[in-house]
Parts: sequence; C-alpha cells; structure tokens
Amino acid sequence: MALLARLGSLVLLLACWWLASRVTDPRTLPSPEAVAAFVVREAASGDLLRNIGITLWRVVASFCLAMATGAVLGIALGRSRTADRLLDTPLLVLLNTPALIVTVLAYIWLGLTETAAILAVALNKMPNVAVILREGARGLDPGLEEMAQAFRYDRRTWIRHVLLPQLEPFAVAAARSGVSLAWKIVLVVELLGRPNGVGYAISYYFQLFDVAALIGYSLVFSAVMLAVDALLLQPLDAHARRWR
Amino acid sequence: MHSAGADPAVARTATILTLTVHRKVYRRAGSEPVEAVRDLAVTVRAGETLCLIGPSGAGKTTTLRILLGLDRDFEGALTTRPDLRIGMVFQEPRLLPWRTVEENVRLSLPRGERGQPLEALFEELGLGPWRGHYPRALSLGMARRVALARALALAPSLLVLDEPFVSLDDAAASSLRAAVFGSAASRGAAVLMVTHNVPEALAVADRLLLLSGRPASLVAEVPIRTKRAERGRDWTEAMRRDLAAQYPGTVAEG
Repeated sequence: MALLARLGSLVLLLACWWLASRVTDPRTLPSPEAVAAFVVREAASGDLLRNIGITLWRVVASFCLAMATGAVLGIALGRSRTADRLLDTPLLVLLNTPALIVTVLAYIWLGLTETAAILAVALNKMPNVAVILREGARGLDPGLEEMAQAFRYDRRTWIRHVLLPQLEPFAVAAARSGVSLAWKIVLVVELLGRPNGVGYAISYYFQLFDVAALIGYSLVFSAVMLAVDALLLQPLDAHARRWR
Repeated sequence: MHSAGADPAVARTATILTLTVHRKVYRRAGSEPVEAVRDLAVTVRAGETLCLIGPSGAGKTTTLRILLGLDRDFEGALTTRPDLRIGMVFQEPRLLPWRTVEENVRLSLPRGERGQPLEALFEELGLGPWRGHYPRALSLGMARRVALARALALAPSLLVLDEPFVSLDDAAASSLRAAVFGSAASRGAAVLMVTHNVPEALAVADRLLLLSGRPASLVAEVPIRTKRAERGRDWTEAMRRDLAAQYPGTVAEG
C-alpha cells in the first residue's frame, strides 16, 4: 500500500512534468522523453557511468572521513566538559562557514587536487556529525553507568555494550542526513575544481545550456543515492532499533 | 543456619565487610557543600541478612555507592574480605535494553567466566523461556528477576538489594521475595537490603540498621532473635509499634 502510494505520486509528478513541457519552451524545460533519451545516450558513451562512479567514490570517501572524525570529536565533546569549552566555538564557526568558502580555501591551500576536494567535503560535513554525536554522548544513561561500574565492566565491554548502543541512533541519524549533504557539496566541489564527476558534467552542460542533460544527471544521481539510503542506511537504522 | 540471629555460632562467623563512614560531603562548584552521611558503621557477616531502614532521601543510595566501592571520596574506611564478590540489584533493574536477557546476565561476569553454563540459574528463577528476549518485553517483576540473575551469576558472597520489592503487586513481590531469599540461602550468601518497608524487613532480617534522616547516621542496630518461622502477624505488628515508639524519626507510625 505504501509502495503503491509512492509509485502513484511518482507517476503524478511525471504527468505534471510532461504536461508542463508541452506548454513551455523545450529548451528550458525538456520533456521526460528527451531527458530519458539523453540518459540512454550518455550511458551508451560510458560518460554517465564514469562520472557517477567518480562522484560516488568522492561521496563515500568524504562521508567516511567526516563520520569518523566527527564521531570521535563529538564523543570527546560530549564526555569532557573541558574539551567542550575549548572546542565549542571553533566548531560553531566551522558549522556556520559556507561550504563554498571551505571549498575555495581548500583548493587554494592544497591545490586543485583530489585530496583537497575530499577534505573540503568532509570538513563541511564533519561539524554536523560532531554536534549530533555530542548530544548522544551527553545523554548517556547515568543508571547504566553506575550498573557498569558496580559489575566492574572492563573498558572494552563498556564501549561495546554500553556506550556504542546508546550512540547508535545518533550515528545513524548523522549518517542519513550526512549522505545527502555530502553529495550536494561534492557537486559544488567538483564544479569548482575537478575535471570529472557529476558536478563537472553539470557545469559543462550548463555552459551548453543543455537542460535535458542537467536534469538527466541530477535524476540518475538522486536515484543512486536513494538506493544507497534504502539498501544500506535504512536496514542499518532498523538494526539499531531492533530492541525497541 | 539461616534463621539463626540468636545462634552464638553466627556471631562468631567471619566478617566479610566492614564499612565506617565518619563523614561524606558532596562538594559541588558553585553550591553549598551537602553532608550526606555522618558516623555510620556497617558490618556484614557471612550468610546473614541485614536490612537498612531509613527515611527516603536519607543518603541510603550514597551509603550503597560507598559500600560497593563506587565512591571512594569519603572520610572513613571500607574493608572487605579480599575475594569478596558483591552482587548488586538496583531498584530500577538497569538492564541493557539492547541486549537480550541472557546477554545481560553473561556480561556481568568477568570475561573468562562468560561462557559458563547458566541453565540452572535461569531455571531456578523461572527465566528459561525469556533468555532470548529483550528486556523491553518483560514486566517489572520479571526484569527484577533478570537483575537478580545477573547478580547471582557472579556467585556473590554478598547480595545487595536496593528497595527490591517496591512498585510490584503483592503476588509479584512475594514471588520475587521467595526467589531472592531462597537463592541467597541456598548459596549461603549474605544479604544487605535497603528498604523503608518495616514489616518486610522484620520478616527476613537477622539485624536491622536504623538510619536517621540527612545526614544519614546510625540510630540503632536491632538484632532480631525470634526465629523466622515464629514471626507471625501479631509479632510483626508489636515489633513495628515498638520500633516506631523508640525511633520515631526512622520508623513511621502506621
């Protein structure tokens, strides 16, 4: 039933698009068929797969980097008041620095390299992860802490069975919001300084004013990210909540 | 041997834990220091049942924390038999909700002992069918049983219970009571129970320790020499009235 409703809304959206494309200039709003034709052509040439692949790799690399550093930082901030006092302001500054500035500075300081691109995306995403996990680490159940002490839990047992399960919902929330944020920023980073990837393709077709190509790339990449969410992150979420 | 508060043999049995607290003060930045405990001495002997009675908010929890060795910041001394294992049953069961009943019990054991067979323990407490369940599926009475199983798995010589029967209906409370004292007796473990329910304490204790309100200090130590089987309703009521008259700050009139 839920699936049917989703499909229904998708068909409705396509119908609206198709109708609108009938009455507007096809150069500014191409029809669904035109976009589909572009996707098939681009896929046949191999460019689609190559660009999507390289962008996906950048998303994954920067996402993992951001999750790992953000989680460690967030847990440290949530557990230590001193660390929180010291690092709260820099974190807030970074959280509020526009993605564009971080990206441009990364390119200026590290050159137009792959490292700079991935670092820029990770740096944009990391403060967000840290803030979410700081909340998680602050809210640890004091009753369970006392229980763990009373039963002399060793450090490994405590981390694995007391700390991590309490952080898991926060980590999953950070991951789900993080994937979508990361891929949006990756496109900007690619547009500014990489010779390949979806962001590069978008800037190229923008210069040609090829709207079908813009929509085609956007839709295909969105579909890939939706698949990642449905096949990877949602099962992870369900696993984290299995005991509730 | 268990009902033998009057037996001179018990008085000679080994002391397993001695706690003396001269003073315990909580000092927090920006607020007045709070004195939680003053002049409190507790001695636990092997196999005896001890009940700690006091008004709520009287620093009983603080005393328990010190006794368990969780809080070492106090003036006084805690001495335990070197191999003493204490099994703790908290008032809230404090199970890990993301681990099954069986995992909760096994995790309380030192790493090397986690693989040991626990069938007998689960059967003894009627938890066999619940081993694979998550704590959320359990009633409070059942969850407290799991907490008891977790404490017993350690093979403790001392079982410490914080208000273990509150918020349970009569049937659940009496079945849990039977499980607690049955399992403690069969293992020869001493029991230290914190409670504010005087009749409950009178039914099971070899000794009562009466505490005053904050700061908690020892008001009286009352040995109970009547055999457990002879503690009827009239006896309990008479004892309670007697205690209430002598220690009105600790034992409420009822």
